[in-house]
Amino acid sequence: MKVGVITFPASNCDQDCVSAVKRMGASVVSLWHRDASVQDVDAVIIPGGFSYGDYLRCGAMAAHSPIMAAVKQFAAKGGRVLGICNGFQILTESGLLPGVLMRNAHLKFVCRTVAVKIVNTQTAVTSRYKSGQILQMPVAHMEGNYFADATTLATLKKNNQIVFQYADGQNPNGAIDNIAGICNEARNVVGLMPHPERVCDPLLGGTDGVELFKALLQ
Amino acid sequence: MLAKVYVTLKQGVLDPQGKAVGHALGTLGFKEVEDVRIGKYIEVTLPDLPKDKAEARVKEMCEGLLANTVIESYRIEL
Repeated sequence: MKVGVITFPASNCDQDCVSAVKRMGASVVSLWHRDASVQDVDAVIIPGGFSYGDYLRCGAMAAHSPIMAAVKQFAAKGGRVLGICNGFQILTESGLLPGVLMRNAHLKFVCRTVAVKIVNTQTAVTSRYKSGQILQMPVAHMEGNYFADATTLATLKKNNQIVFQYADGQNPNGAIDNIAGICNEARNVVGLMPHPERVCDPLLGGTDGVELFKALLQ
Repeated sequence: MLAKVYVTLKQGVLDPQGKAVGHALGTLGFKEVEDVRIGKYIEVTLPDLPKDKAEARVKEMCEGLLANTVIESYRIEL
């Protein structure tokens, strides 16, 4: 099993993802934003950070980088793609996932552990969790306020594309319907704001993210 | 030629940054401020093109990158 982890200029969670993947016994292929191919990987992770300094809009520049053209082709063929935090922003900006991540409603950078509920277990990364299961995962972002227009939101619900929701009273950013993460219709592309890669090692305070990476590698 | 692009949040999309600036203006004594919306101003320098052609090209730029049309609208001045 080979997982590609992309590094953009100013990605800063790429090595955490590399560490999480290796911990699960898979090998890692480091991909660079200028690469035109994802090589022969079985899954791609788009990590968190501040790609291209968050210029213009978070993820806007990265969405048009050469590697993302390759990721789009990979996803279209059913390849598994996981975007975390800035990776989620890049997935929405590139059109692989609907909606947009706006500035947090309270205008503050939020960095703390929140309770996140598993809503859909039929995706590339949640198949090993139970529906309704609550995970403790850290968030660390300024633009995590998920927004979609009424039509898009209705479609997301109809297709069961809402994968993660902040638990009641835990919404850290004002996201519509407490949405913390969604998937595409085919369920092979998933994006979320919380950081599962930061809860894969008991030394770091939690292991709730382990099953997510195990599912991705299945 | 210079294309001026104004990118603003669509009506109905919450602008917390604008709200905060509005509050700050109120604190400074500008009690007449009813609302503040914050957007982006972008200058794109182009070779001299027929106006309709330039407008079409800049529109493509807006749709492709400069604006996120899920939440933003844009206006072009040439």
